[in-house]
Amino acid sequence: MDPFVNLPDWTALAPMLAFAATALALFLLDSIEPESDSLSLTVLTGAGLVGSLAAVVLSGWFLAEGVSVELFDSAYVVDEMSLFFTALFGSVTALVVLGSHDYIADEPYQAEYYSLVFLAATGMAMVASANSLAAAFVAVELVSLPSYALVAYLKHNRGSVEAGLKYFLVGALSSAIFIYGISLVYGATGVMRFDLIAEAIATDALTGGPGILGLGILMVIGGIAFKTAAVPFHFWAPEAYEGAPAPIAGFLSSASKAAGFVLAFRAFTVAFPLEAVSGTFDWTLAFLILSIVTMTLGNFAAATQEKVKRMLAYSSIGHAGYVLMALAAFSGTGTEGLLAGVSNDSLVLGAGMLHLLVYGFMNTGAFLFVALAEYWGVGRRFEDYNGLWRDAPIASVAMTVFLFSLAGLPVGAGFLSKYVLFMGVIGAGLWWLVVIALINSALSLYYYSRLVKALWIETPETPREIDSYPTGIYAAVVGAAVVTVLLLPGFGIVAEEAIAAVGALL
Amino acid sequence: MLIEALLVATLLAAGVVAFAPDRYAGKLAAALSLLPLVGSLWLWLDFEGSGNALLDGGEIAYETTIEWMDIGYTLQWHVGLDGVSLPLVVLTTILTTAAIVSAWTPIDERESQFYGLVLLLEFGLLGVFAALDFFLWFVFWEVVLVPMYFLIAIWGGPRRKYAAIKFFVYTNVASLIMFVGFLTLVFAMGDSVTTLGLPEVAQALQAGGAVGSIAGFAPETVKLFAFALMFFGFAVKVPIVPVHTWLPDAHVEAPTPVSVLLAGVLLKMGTYALLRFNFTMLPDVATDYAEIIAAIAVISVIYGAMLALAQQDLKRIVAYSSISSMGYVILGLVAYTTYGIGGATFQMISHGFISGLMFMVVGVIYNETHTRMVGDMSGMADRMPWTVGIFVAAAFGYMGLPLMSGFAAEVFVFLGSFDAPYLSAAPLFTAAAMFGIVIVAGYLLWAMQRTLFGEFDLGTDYEVGRAPLHDVAPLAVLLACVIVLGVNPDLFMGMIQDAIDPIVDSLGGGV
Repeated sequence: MDPFVNLPDWTALAPMLAFAATALALFLLDSIEPESDSLSLTVLTGAGLVGSLAAVVLSGWFLAEGVSVELFDSAYVVDEMSLFFTALFGSVTALVVLGSHDYIADEPYQAEYYSLVFLAATGMAMVASANSLAAAFVAVELVSLPSYALVAYLKHNRGSVEAGLKYFLVGALSSAIFIYGISLVYGATGVMRFDLIAEAIATDALTGGPGILGLGILMVIGGIAFKTAAVPFHFWAPEAYEGAPAPIAGFLSSASKAAGFVLAFRAFTVAFPLEAVSGTFDWTLAFLILSIVTMTLGNFAAATQEKVKRMLAYSSIGHAGYVLMALAAFSGTGTEGLLAGVSNDSLVLGAGMLHLLVYGFMNTGAFLFVALAEYWGVGRRFEDYNGLWRDAPIASVAMTVFLFSLAGLPVGAGFLSKYVLFMGVIGAGLWWLVVIALINSALSLYYYSRLVKALWIETPETPREIDSYPTGIYAAVVGAAVVTVLLLPGFGIVAEEAIAAVGALL
Repeated sequence: MLIEALLVATLLAAGVVAFAPDRYAGKLAAALSLLPLVGSLWLWLDFEGSGNALLDGGEIAYETTIEWMDIGYTLQWHVGLDGVSLPLVVLTTILTTAAIVSAWTPIDERESQFYGLVLLLEFGLLGVFAALDFFLWFVFWEVVLVPMYFLIAIWGGPRRKYAAIKFFVYTNVASLIMFVGFLTLVFAMGDSVTTLGLPEVAQALQAGGAVGSIAGFAPETVKLFAFALMFFGFAVKVPIVPVHTWLPDAHVEAPTPVSVLLAGVLLKMGTYALLRFNFTMLPDVATDYAEIIAAIAVISVIYGAMLALAQQDLKRIVAYSSISSMGYVILGLVAYTTYGIGGATFQMISHGFISGLMFMVVGVIYNETHTRMVGDMSGMADRMPWTVGIFVAAAFGYMGLPLMSGFAAEVFVFLGSFDAPYLSAAPLFTAAAMFGIVIVAGYLLWAMQRTLFGEFDLGTDYEVGRAPLHDVAPLAVLLACVIVLGVNPDLFMGMIQDAIDPIVDSLGGGV
């Protein structure tokens, strides 16, 4: 018996509504008891955990049941792709909520902080489901606006406020470019919905000529590049991550980036299918260039950083470059690649999703470890982390797992997701792109192991006094590490889901 | 499920030791390392495998196959042992236990972490030799790097950080290149393979190749390309000239017990992989380019020995001599005769024991004298007769004295390479490589004469006495292994030949 037969369609919104309801419930809690004390902080964190895990469970359940629903005149779809990403957003949100528990214990406006996180998560879930340029724009703005405020949350910290301002200014500019691109696409096609845009392009019913459409697509890419922190819209990221509270940096660099990518995956496969627009604007070339420049710049810049958070920020730009390879290797033809029985397009996009999923755990975990260090007032430079294993052996093991997994060593699933991605790219015939990615990967080992070296091998310059061990951050860091490792043997299950999700989309 | 039990026991031991108090860590690690040791000896006594694990026919011992995931290619948990891998598993467990005991004296800080990492290293090494699926194998292959990096970087000598990073980046880049090489090969085979299992790939290749063109390159070019990438990747690990430069740094900076495992087992990962991948899967490419490979091998033998001759540091002498010994292995492999490949495999085991022993002896001398420089000491035989006796015996083993394992190994290699059917001017290459033995004898005898014999004199002001029993005991055990294998090579040689013959047969060659 299909348990969904008798449910109305709107119930498919449940995972997204779990985020939204939590955001509103946190507002409500705050208005009942505005003066926060430690009890209410626990209540807030608990509510947040319940909300985010509910989203994970609901989307996982729907995914297993194979729910696929179109709502609001098909402007909004809940399918495997959106559910996969909603589960990803829920997991990252849970980690961030747990990690923030101790990090913001002494800060005011905790309920607002949490509800902003959940508003952003709501926006991400909406981005994953948006099937029209208008819906996508609204959803992206719902991610961005709370993010600006969250980056500037540490009001007494000049860095935080400056970062928020910079993020906001770049974000406003990117939004303008994005919506201008949308208006050009609308001008050319006369429709907003992804599937109708594709139809309009295919039937040559373009009103404004192909040039307008091409420019529009290029500007939409610009908007996406901002969200994913891809070159040339990347320069806000190091500043924003550096200044933002560390859990928020983790949130932005993994969940928010994944939101940008899911929009890219859907928009460019459904609205601008390659075979239809290739005469106008061959976007794979754009993504190819973006990918090479982004990964190379990100990795080289990361290798020269003196501060840990900036290193992680630039390395996150590098990882955006890896995922962009998925779009660069997309052929739109559905031909079987290297893997028998699977179209290469499903494989590369699925691999991109998998990398984002694994990245969600390992990168958020790494930023939460930084949050732990900031909580202790350890400092920001590599040298400040020297010998930290003496104070936090278990968290240091977890951090080592994150860093080696990020570098692509098989201690965690980062290894598999990266190499499945490379397999897909080779399958598309872009073996030289994989060579570039491998060089980048080798370079990343250098700077990631630099932090590992500081943690385990160097001796501290000045003695540290650490006497309190925050439960929340510890739980989040260890939890993220456990999932990162467990995804290695469990990779098959999520891989099948991801590849199937892309297959359903195409 | 015996291999799984072995792996799980080793991994659990690593975890337990890592969280034990430092005071007990060394003893506890030694005790727990007996589990894999006894387990592997049991596997050896009970061994009923036949044939080659990668090629058709024969029976893989202790085999388990469980489907892991399907991403178009099926990835499996597939482990098993044949006559090539079993001796290496035994070598690994014996050397690990010996290395742990030999670490009791020199390692005096963060002991629980040290022994935990050594056991984690053992876990990775056992996995490399047991895995029969490419992905699984690669996971273990890379897992080995992580503990090695820490072991060199934390407990090593003055330039340890430089050496560790160099080792890590160098070998990781090599791994990635090899990875690309293997995947290129598999992708070029198209639908004729559906898994990344090593036996499946090897058998599909043997059954007529089916290597197609990829990215516009002709099948022959693709095969050569894949062969070259894999060869390069493994050559770094072996290492052979000219990609050997990470080795002296890593060896000299690593603490003694880690050098033992590095030389004893880690280098064998490279030659083992060369045998499994390049020489078993693509024998036609290997034989087409036999002269070039043999030339590389001979250059490694001579050049490595010459480098050793020029060193002043005992540990460096032993380190460079490994390059030379590994050259013999390559020469034996490219011979494609039962004696050649069998001798090469036997040389892997033999060199594992002998070089481990040599590093350990140098370590024991260093523990007492706090110097390794040849010019600083003389007449050590006066003060530590047992240790020096073992040193001399080990050096004789290195030189290939009869009744020591090194003799058997080298004789097999030379017999095999002399008759190499696909190698033109085979006697010439063999003769050139044999000249290496003369240089080996030269630098070892010269070093021994200056350090061990004559009047006792030490450049530093340490009291030099006899080494404690727990330092000498592992030396005695390893020396016993060297002699037992030398007197009765057939302890391993039978099963090795059993596993080698299918490779030779696949070419229709042999002696």
